Amino acid sequence: MVKSAFIGGALAFSLLSTSALAANLHPETGEKLADEQVFTYRILDEHSSLDPQIVEDVTGSELMRDLFEGLYNQDNDGNLEPGVATHHDLSEDKTVYTFHLRPEARWSDGKPVTAHDFVFAWQRAADPKTASPYAWFVELMSLKNAKKIVAGDMSPSDLGVKALDDHRFEVTLSAPLPYFPLMTTHATTFPSPQWAIEAHGDAWTKPENMVSNGAYVLAEHVPSERSVRVRNANYWNNEETIIEKVVTLVINDENAALTRYLAGELDRTEIPSGQYPSYKKSHPEEAVSFPRLCSYYYWFNHSDSGPEAFNDKRVRQALSFALDRNVITDRIMQGGQFPAYTFTPAVTAGFEVPEVPFGQMSQKERDAKAKDLLAEAGYGAENPLEFTIVYNTSEGHKKIAIAASQMWKQKLGAKVTLENLEWKTFLTRKRAQQFDVSRNGWCGDYNEASTFLDLMHSQSSYNDGKYVNEEVDKLLSEAKTAENPQANYTRIEEIIADEMPIIPIYHYTNVYMLRANLKNWPINNAEQNWYSRNLYKTAE
Amino acid sequence: MSVHLDRSKITEDPGHHTAAGRAAEAVAGRSLYADARARFFANKAAMVSVIVLLAVLAFALFGSVLAVWDNETIDWDLIGVTAEHGAPSLANGHYFGVDELGRDLFARTVQGTTVSLMVGVVGAAIAVIVGTIYGAISGYAGGRIDNLLMRIVDILQAIPYMFVLILLLVVFGRSIAMLFVGIGLISWLDMARIVRGQTLSLKNKEFIEAAKTTGVPGLIIVFRHIVPNLIGITMVYATLLIPNMILAESFISFLGLGVQEPNTSWGALISEGASTLQYGMYWQLGFPLFFFVVTLFSFFFIGDGLRDALDPKER
Amino acid sequence: MLFYIIRRLAIALPTLTLLIVFSFLLMHMAPGGPFTAERELPPQVLANIEAKYGLDQPIYMQMLEYIYGLVAHFDFGPSFQYKDRAVNEIIATGFPVTLTYGTLSFIVAVLLGGLLGITAAIHRNSWLDYFAVGLSIGAQVLPNFVMGPILVLIFVLWLNLLPGGGWNGGQWQNLVLPVIALSTSYMASITRLTRSSMLEVLHSDFIRTARAKGLPKRVIIFKHALKPALLPLFSYLGPIFVSMITGSVVIDYYFSTGGIGIAFVNSALNRDYAVMMGVTILMGGLTILFNLLVDLAYAWIDPKIRY
Repeated sequence: MVKSAFIGGALAFSLLSTSALAANLHPETGEKLADEQVFTYRILDEHSSLDPQIVEDVTGSELMRDLFEGLYNQDNDGNLEPGVATHHDLSEDKTVYTFHLRPEARWSDGKPVTAHDFVFAWQRAADPKTASPYAWFVELMSLKNAKKIVAGDMSPSDLGVKALDDHRFEVTLSAPLPYFPLMTTHATTFPSPQWAIEAHGDAWTKPENMVSNGAYVLAEHVPSERSVRVRNANYWNNEETIIEKVVTLVINDENAALTRYLAGELDRTEIPSGQYPSYKKSHPEEAVSFPRLCSYYYWFNHSDSGPEAFNDKRVRQALSFALDRNVITDRIMQGGQFPAYTFTPAVTAGFEVPEVPFGQMSQKERDAKAKDLLAEAGYGAENPLEFTIVYNTSEGHKKIAIAASQMWKQKLGAKVTLENLEWKTFLTRKRAQQFDVSRNGWCGDYNEASTFLDLMHSQSSYNDGKYVNEEVDKLLSEAKTAENPQANYTRIEEIIADEMPIIPIYHYTNVYMLRANLKNWPINNAEQNWYSRNLYKTAE
Repeated sequence: MSVHLDRSKITEDPGHHTAAGRAAEAVAGRSLYADARARFFANKAAMVSVIVLLAVLAFALFGSVLAVWDNETIDWDLIGVTAEHGAPSLANGHYFGVDELGRDLFARTVQGTTVSLMVGVVGAAIAVIVGTIYGAISGYAGGRIDNLLMRIVDILQAIPYMFVLILLLVVFGRSIAMLFVGIGLISWLDMARIVRGQTLSLKNKEFIEAAKTTGVPGLIIVFRHIVPNLIGITMVYATLLIPNMILAESFISFLGLGVQEPNTSWGALISEGASTLQYGMYWQLGFPLFFFVVTLFSFFFIGDGLRDALDPKER
Repeated sequence: MLFYIIRRLAIALPTLTLLIVFSFLLMHMAPGGPFTAERELPPQVLANIEAKYGLDQPIYMQMLEYIYGLVAHFDFGPSFQYKDRAVNEIIATGFPVTLTYGTLSFIVAVLLGGLLGITAAIHRNSWLDYFAVGLSIGAQVLPNFVMGPILVLIFVLWLNLLPGGGWNGGQWQNLVLPVIALSTSYMASITRLTRSSMLEVLHSDFIRTARAKGLPKRVIIFKHALKPALLPLFSYLGPIFVSMITGSVVIDYYFSTGGIGIAFVNSALNRDYAVMMGVTILMGGLTILFNLLVDLAYAWIDPKIRY
């Protein structure tokens, strides 16, 4: 048996003095705390659900992390820290995990949180009757029998989960998965209260019915307008919580949201593209930008339905070279985004960005090279390259597509048509390879390079451009079991930089207006898994 | 968004004593047209509006001759620094300034004016043609056919049409053609009702009776004798319909379902301008809004003028 | 009269059915479905979800079941996008919001518009008249998606008087800007309508007679002219009210009021079939109902009208 190193965590927490809180000072930093500890932030759209096994959107997951607590949490840097589980044991063959749950963990109605609650929740996530859009996550976790249960060929009770007793939760995997514990911070794996669900059915997530085990409970929910959560007195670590109340406001228009931030109604909102520099000047303490685990890129359609010209590597290279990424990051987005010459962002844990040749050139050199390459491929003034860019309706995507089309037109004489599609139409067209070039963004599901590079696998369902390269496939499958996969990742990025199946454009940042007195925002957590209980407001 | 047809102008039934109701009666005699023309020319607001409208039209048609830039070329010196350096300037050829991407707002306003005027005119034309034919046939045929045709109008009128338009654009994708069809097809209903009402009152006039007794077939009577007599009222209605079409298009653009880039329209320009208002790029809203407002004003005044001119009782 | 009401209601039924069938088919023709997402769902997972929502059945069955649920239980079904909410619930929270600021805007528009129109007509060709006409046309041509940001800029950012949005249970502070933005253009149409119909009445023979008899102006206007002048307004009230409710998208968008308007646009974009159907039916029903009510009121006020 291998012991994990989480035991220290809980001890460290209990050592913190509580007397400081009484004096309204922060127990660790000694800062003077504000009297009113209310955190209000803007969300673009209503959360999809408040059921941890069903929720599928980022907004909903943020709420889930406050309302529920899974086996493990993430700290400010994205590392694991104890949640309901204090630590786990792993069997020799690395397929059986035994999680030890803290006995003091309580539901908001006072009932203890037990291993049975996890068994119930995990079985529920896989159950076809629940019809969770995140049922695939259970498969992704490699839980024993998960695939067959989702397919309806086995009963949910056959899932590889077991409560050894109230405080020992045993999980059996179908194959070893090194990052399995990392996945237990995801909302799908949070426990759910069987008694509340059975008593209220689908209505169990209404504020008056909801039972949860996180640092907060749901106090109010006005659909499409606001939701309010207040601290949970029964949370095992309630003493450490400082923020009393968290309010989310649905504001569709980002400009309207910014106005309301400026009017003092919000503590956090996004800064629209292009506006960061001026707010950095006027509100230096509040305008922040930090890297995010996402990559923005254009797919070429490599399949038969794509333009014939794209079968020529030189055409793809020419288009990629002629796209001036600095104009896009510095003149359009202006939010500290990083020009991208590789698919995987530099912020990805354990990933070293390889120095790809075209990333080293100056834009002038790239432009010259692009013209040569396109001429070699046989396209020019008499035989102009013609294609369409599809993108989904959004100011940012529109601006980038317009700029790109103008760069290609002015530098290469290409005739580029723009096609703005609303979201679902866009997705449908992209999946059916009904496009020439399409706009894409990909955010990592977990913090490791394969979450990006897997898209280049010929069998990936997200390989919308239908790019096929056997070497890449081989390198990717080797990386799954390799001790150190970095060499494989470097090689794949080099292949991408040469073959240019996609045009990497930029790596994202989060660009926020964040109240200067709202402290401890986890800007180093690349996945942006934040917990309200870690935040606090200082007196101004 | 207030896309509603302005019924203050016209109601369907001449019995409701509205101006338009009498307009059709007024146009029955030829000399009345001459009178109407004289009255219209005497209406200062309407005449000024006609001149303004001609100026806007000239701007749409010939504005591109004056433009230094075209509507899609990005001025790479100005992209992303619009708030600081993108204001209107004669020196760099951006008479109206540039948008957020450094594209020339003058050229874009010219192009947007063309699109919006086209949407207005074509949309109104579809409504007028379909509505007139439908209404005239319904009114002339009378009886069961009339009843059936009008019940269909009743049914269609109960459909929340902005919703249907959104649905149509979602299903068939955005295109100017779809906008024409969508906006035009929904706005012919009022036209049909008005025309039917007028036709009913024309039907029993002597010249129609005369045509009937000489054995002229029904459809020919409708097209030769009834429709020409409805020109006055359709003109009034059309001038009032055009601004509503333009408003409807701007709403669709606001929803992000309007024309494709690099093409633009007043609605698209205005809604972009409105969103950058708080960042100090006032010209981005100001110029397109000016043309939009001035044109709509003109259409309303001309519509009022035409109605007053065709309706001698009021003055 | 009774026969008329029955006939109108008899039309309402096929109208609504047609609306349901038409929207249903149109909706299902749109590319993508409610569960088309950025992360494509594995086929098995998708199949489970579609089975849960009955989307695995042939479309006519789906439609029949939908209509059955609607007629038998008044149930608009579950939302596909917001998975722990029913459409009834979404309408029950969103519609009162829209109805509140819609009704207020309606009252403001009718009262102010009517007053302005009558004043303008009485003082025809005075500065007051020009002001009213100019203001009303100006208000009519200014789209409310321009009004929204301008109002916010002035009242929220510069003057710091009002909140920039939100509903907050319908506090008056949250109502001011939405009501101004929504009512303005309707007020403008009502002003113009009232003005022209008032003018017409003032020029009619019976008013001339009254004037010739030497009745005081106030008596003429309030006792004799007002009622016939306001009559044409009535036929306009039904459409205006419905149009305000359906036109609330912009208000919901800019002021984050969470009404039914934004729910519809979002549901169309999300392919949330059930919500979209629910709102469409609600709006269609309202349109029919209001047109009927207005016509009845019209007949009641003006006995000359026979149906």
